[in-house]
Amino acid sequence: MKHFYVGATADLRTDADREAVSLLRGRLADEFGMPVRELELPAIDFTFDAARDQYASSAALDRMARELPADAAKLLAVTTRDLFIPVLTFVFGQAQLNGSVGIVSLARLRQEFYGLPADRSVFLDRAAKEALHESGHLFGLIHCADRACAMSLSTGVRQIDLKQPAFCGHCRGRIHRPSRGGLQ
Amino acid sequence: MNTHWQILVVDDEEVMCESLAAWLREDGYHVDTASSGRDAVEKARAKDYAIYFVDLKMPGGMDGIETMMQVRRLHPEASIIIITAYATVDTAITAIKEGAQEYIVKPCNPEEISMLVSRILKVKRLQRENTILRKKLSRQYSFHDVVSKNPRMHAVLELAQEISSLRSTVLVQGESGTGKEMVARAIHYSGDRAGNPFIAVSCAALAETLLESELFGHEKGAFTGASAQKRGKFELADSGTIFLDEIGDISPKLQCDLLRVLQERSFYRVGGSEEVRVDARVIAATHVDLRQAVAEGKFREDLFYRLNVIEIRIPPLRERREDVPLLARHFLERLSHELGKDAGDFSDGAMKVLMDHNWPGNVRELENAVERALVTCRGRVLTEDDFGFLARNGPMKPWSIPAGMTLQEMEKQMIAATLERTEGNIKEAASQLGIDRSTMYEKIKRYEIPR
Repeated sequence: MKHFYVGATADLRTDADREAVSLLRGRLADEFGMPVRELELPAIDFTFDAARDQYASSAALDRMARELPADAAKLLAVTTRDLFIPVLTFVFGQAQLNGSVGIVSLARLRQEFYGLPADRSVFLDRAAKEALHESGHLFGLIHCADRACAMSLSTGVRQIDLKQPAFCGHCRGRIHRPSRGGLQ
Repeated sequence: MNTHWQILVVDDEEVMCESLAAWLREDGYHVDTASSGRDAVEKARAKDYAIYFVDLKMPGGMDGIETMMQVRRLHPEASIIIITAYATVDTAITAIKEGAQEYIVKPCNPEEISMLVSRILKVKRLQRENTILRKKLSRQYSFHDVVSKNPRMHAVLELAQEISSLRSTVLVQGESGTGKEMVARAIHYSGDRAGNPFIAVSCAALAETLLESELFGHEKGAFTGASAQKRGKFELADSGTIFLDEIGDISPKLQCDLLRVLQERSFYRVGGSEEVRVDARVIAATHVDLRQAVAEGKFREDLFYRLNVIEIRIPPLRERREDVPLLARHFLERLSHELGKDAGDFSDGAMKVLMDHNWPGNVRELENAVERALVTCRGRVLTEDDFGFLARNGPMKPWSIPAGMTLQEMEKQMIAATLERTEGNIKEAASQLGIDRSTMYEKIKRYEIPR
């Protein structure tokens, strides 16, 4: 049987960030109804683009694909680095649609990024939603028109805050799961 | 759902191409990529993409603008978004001038692209819907949908089709419910004005002054309540067709105004002094005998001849009874689908009731009768009981004899009616009446029946 993995990249150093990853893992296990394993992932510093002061998301995704354990069907990497794709100013995350590797960035989910006082519960809430969102893509889901669904497209934190940390009934029914109780 | 929309991303940088494509795929779009202008044109030849994202600067002698121009030659409707890293006013102006729908500078905000794509697709959805509706409309009113096996009806339809692309005025005559407006619409939607408006006006429904302002429009302050300028039906029908139903009911003043429009192709709005020119084809219809109205001085002779350039006479249903079963089955099929009923046929008894009925309300009455029977029926087959209301309304006698009518008077009317039915064919009329041709000639002469 193959498994769903969640991994923190090496830039997640603080206990608080580590705790966030553990919480995400639990939330994903609940939503997908299967155990989610944890693993350590290398840093993505080599994807740094000095001109943009950001990290190239596509290159990071390629790197993570090489870290996919033999018994893994899906892997969601969690990083604190601010990600981008060339045409966009930033991305909250990126995932191969119905593929095996995804990455989610915590950088823009913190209130501090916007010059506001830190709020741990807001941060964890956003992280759970975005982790669910990128995982949804890994399981074949596309963006949902229901603004409350975790699969709705968010181009800013305000939209993330408006959605629920769960899939709508329609998306839940469409999750591409080859077999019950695990991945093959 | 976005899944049926296809997008092509064109950029020589693979990472740029693939990352934007992947981002758009997450939205459900079908996205292909092309690594050069030439590759893009090749792909555009094979597929009709809704949106093209094209990078401005590409090597190999074909930049974004050139790519866009070639793609637009293949698909003039394509929406092209030019992407550039180096924004200058000149390039932006060139891109828009050459037909780019948008011009974006990378990196751009995710929200910007997302809104841009949904805005373009919203317009495309409306355009597509419009095309489908137009097709539906023209199919609905096409000649193929007129159900008949009657030779006179076939001649009517043939004539209507032949004249559909002409500009000449048409006069459609027929009893109420024979489908005069349907024929008018079929003429419009089969001709080269099909893409332009078809405006129908019932001249009997409005009082003279109202009808005048309805047809020709009015200027602000033309009369009490005219708080703004209003365009009339003739202006709305410009480049299209105006259908004037119940033309026999219009007042002498309006007859005069209408004659002027037909002669001059221009008119004045009510209370206006500025001449308005229009190019509207006029199709008029009436259930009264206009020739008779002219003879009685109720209708202007000059207007009659202006309207009657092409004359179409639709025979009443009782004169083409062979169409009753065809039409009844056609309505049953359509209405049972619309009403969600499961009835599929008529019993022999029901069909006999329909065949025997005189249908003074013609095809419209038949359609309503089938609908009424269908609403109340319980089984899969419509029986004579379901059509009981037709009998209750009184069995229709094919004709009734007015008191005081002489035998000679009756013979004259019978011969005249038969001649009308056979469109003046004396041999055919004589054969239908069971007399020989010479007797027929003699009677026509004796009764002074016009041929």
